[in-house]
Amino acid sequence: MSQVEAIKAEAETGPTPEAERKRGWVGYLLLLPGALWLAVFFVVPLFSLVSTSLYDPAGSLETGYQMTGYVANYTTVLEDYSEQFIRSMVYAGLATLICIVLGYPLAYAIAFKAGRWKNLMLVAVIAPFFTSFLIRTISWQLLLADQGWIVETLKFLHILGPDGHLLATPVAVVTGITYNFLPFMVLPLYASLEKIDPRLMEAGADLYASPFTTFRKITLPLSMPGLVGGTLLTFIPAAGDYINAQLLGNTQTQMVGNVIQKLFDGGSYPEAAALSVTLMVVIVVMVLLYVRRAGTEDLL
Amino acid sequence: MTRVGRWIGEHLVLGIGLLVLLYMFVPIAIVIGMSFNEPASRNSYSFNQFTLHNWANPCEPIGMCDSVVLSIQIGLLATLFATALGTLMAFALVRHRFRGRSVANVFTFLPMASPEIVMGSSLLALFVAGGLAGQLGFGTILVAHILFCLSFVVVTVKARLAGLDPRLEQAAMDLYANEWQTFWRVTFPLVFPGILSAALLSFSLSFDDFIITNLNAGQEVTFPMFVWGAAQRGIPPQINVVGTVMFLVALGLVLAGEVGSRRRARA
Repeated sequence: MSQVEAIKAEAETGPTPEAERKRGWVGYLLLLPGALWLAVFFVVPLFSLVSTSLYDPAGSLETGYQMTGYVANYTTVLEDYSEQFIRSMVYAGLATLICIVLGYPLAYAIAFKAGRWKNLMLVAVIAPFFTSFLIRTISWQLLLADQGWIVETLKFLHILGPDGHLLATPVAVVTGITYNFLPFMVLPLYASLEKIDPRLMEAGADLYASPFTTFRKITLPLSMPGLVGGTLLTFIPAAGDYINAQLLGNTQTQMVGNVIQKLFDGGSYPEAAALSVTLMVVIVVMVLLYVRRAGTEDLL
Repeated sequence: MTRVGRWIGEHLVLGIGLLVLLYMFVPIAIVIGMSFNEPASRNSYSFNQFTLHNWANPCEPIGMCDSVVLSIQIGLLATLFATALGTLMAFALVRHRFRGRSVANVFTFLPMASPEIVMGSSLLALFVAGGLAGQLGFGTILVAHILFCLSFVVVTVKARLAGLDPRLEQAAMDLYANEWQTFWRVTFPLVFPGILSAALLSFSLSFDDFIITNLNAGQEVTFPMFVWGAAQRGIPPQINVVGTVMFLVALGLVLAGEVGSRRRARA
């Protein structure tokens, strides 16, 4: 709901012009409490995370950790868990691609074809997400189960072998991730498609462009900010997720999130922290490269 | 092109869009259906027999209703704090001019762009470094929830504020309203739907969070943590009752909001 409202508002008007803004210290005062909260509980913890990642792994929560600048934590986790790390990136990347394939037509349909059903369709996009993430994912267990109709149908169509199954496979994990993060793709895409003046597309058609050329030369470039935003909002949480891998996968589909959680549970805080820092750094680097390539730096 | 061909061309995208929407609702149908299921045994999770037992005895699974109550308490408190702090920040970012505004903008956006597992582990690292390892619980969950709700509140309220016509406020000032009156009579009522949306979003984010909570909860069990535990042991059908109620309540609120805004638009 709120996302719908926000996106509609943003689509309808631009930012406040500079001259309308008030000067003076009131701005700082309004900002202060929230900014302090973010500083103390978001920025400072990132430093604690980095420093935890450099503790001597010989310590424990009970005996305390020695700060020894133990960089070897990083080499240890990279040697031990590079497989899960790469798998996270691959699964998240695949899920993001499928989200684009599914989400683009949906966002396009809402923006240009839905007419008076637009608001209802927007509500429908987020409505499934009113139930809990975990409960939704557990429903996928049932849907993808060996006796379920999806497996039966795929077997009937010989897409799946007679003893094939879906649950506890990479396919199930990617399906779950795709499902759970699809609205994060659809809403930003819708927001930028909505801003496109339909007359631009008519002009394309008037100038004898085929629908495909019109799409490629007009619609797609103009929807780039939404596509980039949606990709980031899908890929980033997907890469850190471990719920889908745990509930829909098996031991061979563990992602980096599973490992971090398991290391924390086992009390190996320095290794867990080192893996978290690595994940954050890799994601930041990937985002910067991607945004630069997509030429939408002003988004950030 | 034939007429049929053109009709298909016109409606193809809409058709695909509706199919995608259908796909999004399939798991919800499962949740609602399973809330009426009488499981054959404790470990079987497939539809067996229709019953109203789960709806009549929602609190049967030990600890489930306690976890729902805890999640509601945390959700309400986190919503209150995050909405208050975030609304102030949004006003500062949209309506005021000061040094470092663009830095502050990026800064409020960052938590939304970090994976939950990283946010959760860094908070845990902070609490452990602060000697709170033994005191993880209600307080630490609340701190974490306010944090991740805050950015969403800022973004939502900011969008609403940016969409506000500044001429309305100028008109009020022209009619001799002072700043205070202009704010309470014009600005605030117009921004209020955005604040309300932000609060609803905060509550649903808080109620649903698992990854960050799981790292910082100590011995407390929120509803998502209860579901997680149940998923390892065997899922009581009452979980789907809670899921269905959540879905219906949220849907009801959103539809009421839509109807309300339509009525306002017509008036």
